[in-house]
Parts: sequence; structure tokens; C-alpha cells
Amino acid sequence: MREGSPAKQNILKRNPVSSFVLSNLGVLIGLLVLCLILTFATDFFLTGKNLLTVLRQICINVLLAFGMTFVLIVGGIDLTVGSVVGASGVAVVMLIEAGFPIPAAILCALLLGAVIGLINGAIIAYTGMPAFIVTLSMQGVVRGLAYIITDGRSVASSDKVFTKLGNSYLWGIPLPIYIVAVVMIVISIILYQTRFGRRMYAIGGNPVAAKYTGIKTKGIVVKVYIISAVLSALAGVILASRMYSGQPTAGQGYESDAIAAAVLGGTSFTGGIGTIGCTLVGALVIGILSNGLNLLHISSYVQMVIKGIVIILAVGIDLFKNRNKEN
Amino acid sequence: MTDEYFLEMVGINKTFPGAKVLNNIELHIKAGEVRALIGENGAGKSTLIKILGGIYQKDSGQGYIKINGKQVEINSVEDAKKCGIYIIHQEICLADNMSVADNMYMGAEIMHTGSLFLNDKLMVARAQKIIDEMELDIDVRQKVGTLSIAKQQMVEISRSLLANARLIVMDEPTSSLTNAEIIQLFAQIKKLKEAGIAIIYISHRLPEIFEISDSITVLRDGELIGTHLSFELTERQIISMMVGREISEIYKKDEKLIPSLIYLDVKNLNNRKLKNINFYLRKGEILGFAGLVGAGRTELAKAIFGIDKIVSGEIFVKGEKALIQNTEDAIKYRIAYIPESRKTEGLFLIDSIKYNISISVLEKFIHFIRVNRKKENALADHYSRSFNIKMISPDQKVFYLSGGNQQKVLISKWLATEPEILILDEPTRGIDIGSKSEIYHLIYQLAQQGVAIILISSEMDEIINLCTRVIVMHEGEIRGELENSETNALSQEKIMWLASGGDKKYA
Repeated sequence: MREGSPAKQNILKRNPVSSFVLSNLGVLIGLLVLCLILTFATDFFLTGKNLLTVLRQICINVLLAFGMTFVLIVGGIDLTVGSVVGASGVAVVMLIEAGFPIPAAILCALLLGAVIGLINGAIIAYTGMPAFIVTLSMQGVVRGLAYIITDGRSVASSDKVFTKLGNSYLWGIPLPIYIVAVVMIVISIILYQTRFGRRMYAIGGNPVAAKYTGIKTKGIVVKVYIISAVLSALAGVILASRMYSGQPTAGQGYESDAIAAAVLGGTSFTGGIGTIGCTLVGALVIGILSNGLNLLHISSYVQMVIKGIVIILAVGIDLFKNRNKEN
Repeated sequence: MTDEYFLEMVGINKTFPGAKVLNNIELHIKAGEVRALIGENGAGKSTLIKILGGIYQKDSGQGYIKINGKQVEINSVEDAKKCGIYIIHQEICLADNMSVADNMYMGAEIMHTGSLFLNDKLMVARAQKIIDEMELDIDVRQKVGTLSIAKQQMVEISRSLLANARLIVMDEPTSSLTNAEIIQLFAQIKKLKEAGIAIIYISHRLPEIFEISDSITVLRDGELIGTHLSFELTERQIISMMVGREISEIYKKDEKLIPSLIYLDVKNLNNRKLKNINFYLRKGEILGFAGLVGAGRTELAKAIFGIDKIVSGEIFVKGEKALIQNTEDAIKYRIAYIPESRKTEGLFLIDSIKYNISISVLEKFIHFIRVNRKKENALADHYSRSFNIKMISPDQKVFYLSGGNQQKVLISKWLATEPEILILDEPTRGIDIGSKSEIYHLIYQLAQQGVAIILISSEMDEIINLCTRVIVMHEGEIRGELENSETNALSQEKIMWLASGGDKKYA
């Protein structure tokens, strides 16, 4: 009897790979078309070296986008991520210059991120202020602090070991890619395998239901903002290492790419929907698009216009697809 | 005596800032008993239930709650769960994008023993077992959003069983179910009852209450009016207990309606949801549209009102061919549509009563850029007085009004446009008998004044008692038209036969 109804057969047929492909058809086709065009339009796109460059370039955005996905799943938004990149980068370099051992300095930078996340999360969860307003304001606060402690100047890193973090290779692959891979595994486990992750979906999907089933929503929301800020801080550390300096201006505007990656991957702005894998695809699309436009020698001003249009198109296609499905 | 009750609530009081909403309430319920809890909106039912469920706390120091004879403190949702109390709220409390199993285990996830990781296999298996035991055709890996409202409700019941509930509270469980689904629900309730689970059943629908409940508790204005065995009471008695006065007639018809000119004539109307719709509507008549949920009645109203696109067909208003492409056009033809869900489609909840009533006729009292406050106030005054809207002032936010009063504001908003054709979509859903009766009077009066009225309703009583003619729809088609006159009275059976797709010949 259970195989009888069409709804069930549908489910029984489902396996993770095909359902992933099906639910992200728009973005995946876009990605494929993009790659095909670039392969033929440029000599350089489809080379191992260039692809690795793309991967290394998107590492920072991927970390921010993962955090953003978490926040979006619980129905929030985090506009501080770019500022945290700047502040943590400055912090880690200054601490190393002051004689801190590298691991301790990195830990402190991540801790700084955690504190910022805690402040964000606590204000949002316990006062009920809109996340947009809170994180928009905190963006200014954090960026301002980064300027204050550096007096607005970038801090060069003289430590040769620290700068290896962002610039060296292991078995031919840039180090940051390994870091992102590890992060991806860890947060995927958190999101899919733990009670915490399951409850995140519940909070974003139906906050009232979550509350009425006795889930302590506030604590979870705070932790999610901490995770987002710590990932941003990690991105900041890697970026500082790559640039041989902590710059208070680093990460300006990064929140928009992070949001774009998450949304391209199908993460819902109203909460309850989003996956790590899809966000990665979204970040890839944005990364390859920038890379391709660079290879085609298109000016960065034009690139901004093109990127914006592509995001609207991609999200629009998904929206129409869903609307048709409903009908 | 004491120990045979599963739940005892004695001397329960609740005060909100500025208002005492519960006064010395008592409730004694046995295992396996189905208790109906009824009262008008604002009588205190929801508050009482929220205290039981740990969402509100009773005023401290007064009264007690006992479970199986033992006094308990319920200060949180978890406390209530530990006592075996499970509440199925009126608005479905499930996350659409999560699977049925995930929803059933929301907040009570099973982990692999001794680890931090979820044991999905076990959760899916156990959830499926409960669903299968209830003989529901649901795969627990399905997303909840893909299920019908009725099935979602069954998922909520399954969830309560999973939580080992001993007392399940159902708040208006049938408000969005079709008749067939209600029968399913009642079958499930009977099973629960046999398993010794106590049920508190909140509903405004009296026939249902008589069918399913063992006993009835009536609340009014935060006071306990009485508890009786269901068979001891008549519908009339319950209503007078609820409203505190005799409602001589719920449907008061002063004079017979005399339909005259044809105001609206719909010919061969087709669109995505509608198949070849033909009907007419006369001045001064109430034309009922009956059918199951999803029969296409709302879609028809939306097509006439210019919300949904028309693929082919014609609409004539007062004999003239009308081209209605959007709601603005419809309003020009003096058509008004009062939608089904007042909160999402009808009202600006966070704005004042005045604002809501005047919003659709603003141009009448705007001079250049200035709103004529006097006229606006007069309009709000007029409607709030003539419909008896209970409020503190016209500046009060609509959000704080009861369902019945919100509905009156919504109707006022549209009457302000002085419509000649009025389409009412489920105008009495989820509101109490007192307000219902007032709205019926209003509808009848409007018809007498010569407004042509379409009444879409799933409540058979309304259709049978108010309408001069009834059109029955099924899957986007008109299945039949029934005259409601003394010689040819409507019967519920006839309507149901047509509504469920039966042939007209045998109706």
C-alpha cells in the first residue's frame, strides 16, 4: 500500500545527489553554461592553475557565506561579516607583531569574532530588535574600532611563518583550501547531524512552533551569530596572512558577496531553508564569474553591473520555477 | 473522588495588565474523556489553555493544578510536556520545510547513544510506526509543506502520541478541514479516547461538539458558567450560556427578500482554476456558493474581482459588458470582495480602526493633500456604531480586536465603497456565535437595501438559512443550482451530494 501513492514513490526514488541536482537546477545550469563559455572564450580558463586560483580566491567568501547561511537559516541576517574580517585581520597581525605566539594570536582573533557574534546575537535574541538594524549598526562599530586601533593605517606583518598560512601550498594545493574543506566538514556535521542544527531549521521554519515545542530559541540564535562571526574572523586571519598585513579596510562590502552566494544557493531569506553544499555552489558561481570577467579583461566597474544582474536573474529563475511547481 | 480525575484545575486566576481575564476557573477532566470547551471569543478559553500548556503562568498564590491527584507547577512548555499535556494550536505549529519525522521529533530529537549526533534512522522508523498505527497514508520523510492541512493536523496528533501525551488539547481543529476530513479526525479522536487519552476540544461549531464530546464546559467573560454532560444540553441552552442572553433567532429575517434586476451576469468564464462558469446574480438577493474546500469558489470570486486572470468568458454588470482587469476596475463597477482570511488579505492589523475603514475611500475626503479628519472620523463613527464594533476608540489598532470585531471592521471597510455587488468569502470563519448572528443580520439587511450578495460559505447552516439560491461547485465547475423557497427547501444532503461531485439528476 505504501508504494501506491505517487508522493511516496517520489520520495523513495530520491537519493542525495539527484535531489541536490534537481533542487538547484537553475544555479547548476548557470554554472555549467558559464564554464563552457569561458572555456571557449579564453585560453586560460580551463587550466589547473587558473581553477586553483579561483578556488583560492573564493575561500574568504565561502567562509563568510557559510556563516551567512547559518544566520539566514534561523531567519536572521549578519551584515557585520565584512567588518569582522577587517578587525580580526588587524588584531592577529598586531598581536603577532607584539610578540604573541602565532596560535595564541589566531585564537585571540577568533575570540574577538566570538565576542562580536555574542553581542550581535544577544541583542537580536533578547531584545527582539531586527537583525538587519543591529548588525548594520555593529558593522560601523566594528569597522570603526579597527580604524581606531590602527590609526587608520595598515599593519605590515614581518612574521614569515604567519604569512605562509595564506600563501603556501601543500601537495600543490593552496593551504586555505584545506582550511575551508575542514570547516565545511565540521559545520556540515553541526548542521545535519546534531540536535543544534536540526533545531536551527525549526527556528527559521516556524519560530512559533519551535517555541511551543519547548526549544530554547534564544540560546540557539546567539550561538548561530557567534558561529558566523568566528568564521568571519577566520577569514580575516587568512586574508591578513595572504596580504602580508592587517588592513582596517579589509573586507569592505564582503557581506554582499556572502549573501549573494547563500541566496544563489537557494537559501531562503525568510528562514528555514539552506544547505552548505548549495551555498558552496553559489560561491563558486560568483568566483568563476569574477575570474572569467577578469580573464576577458572586463573592467571592475562593468563587473559590478554584470554580477548584480546575474544574481537577480539566478534568483528570479528559481522563484519562477517554484511558482510553476505550486501551480 | 479526587483521584479519579486526570486533570484538576481549581481556582485559576489570570490577570493581564489592566484586565482580569480568568476568574476562579475550575476544570476536572477524566482519562478518556472528551471535553468541549466553548465560549465566545474573549471568554478566556485560549488563556486557560495557554496556562495549562505552560505558555502563560496563572496568577501566583491562587489555585492549583493537579495531575492524577498530584499537585504540579507548570511554568514552561517542558513542564506541561512532562505532565503529559500536549496542545495542538489553532494555527498549525509545524515547520513546512522540515520532514514529517523531523517535525514530530522537533525539540525531542533522539541521539545515537552516548554521542552528539542525531539518530535519524531510529526517528524515521518510530515516527513511521506511529503514522502507520494511525492508518495515515503519509511517508514521514515527506516535507510537511507538501501535505494537506488535514494531514498536517494528523501529524500534530501523531506528534502528541509520540510525546506520550495523556491529555491533548485541540484548539479549533476543524476550522480549515473539509467534511470528509472532519470525519477522519473524529475517528482518530475516538481511538485516542479508547486509549484512555483525555481531550479538550475547543470549537465554535456546535453540531460537532455534540457529536464528539462527552461533556461541555462553557466560559463567558473569564468566568466559568458551567460544566454539563453533552446529552443534557440543547444547542439553544448552550448558546444562551455562552452569550448570557437568549438569542431569540440567530438568523433574523424581518421581511422576505425580493430579488429584482440582474446585477451580475457571468458567461462562459474560464481560467486556470475555473471551467465554463455561468450564473447570474440579482439585486436584493443572497446567492450562496457551497462546495468543499478547493472547489473553486474563492477562485471564482477572485476572477470576478480582477485578482486572478480570466482566460475566456464575459462578465456583465447591470447589463453592460464589464472589462475587469484589476481590482481598481472592479471597484469602479461597484463590486466589493471581502476575502476569506481577514488577517492576511483584508486588514492592516497594525493600523487603527479608522484607518482601515477609510483606506479604500480615501479620495472622498482628501482635499489636495490634506485628509479631512472630520469626515474620516464621521465615517468610522457611523460604521462602528451601526455594526456595534466593540472598541476603546476608533484609533485603537485592529490587531487588538476580537475576530468578530475585526470582521466587522473589514466589512465596514468595503461597505464604505458603497458596493452594489458584494462578495463575502467565509465571513464568519472562526468567530463566535454572538458576532456571527450580528453579521447575519447585517448581510440580510444589506440584501433588503438592494445590494446583490454572493455568500461563499462552508457552513451549511449559513447557506441554508440565509440564501435565496445556492450554487454548488466542485473542482472548478458549477455542479448545480438549487432554489431555496418554502416549497422547495434546501437540504444539507442535496448540497453535499452535488459538492462531492454527484450527478444533479439524483439530487
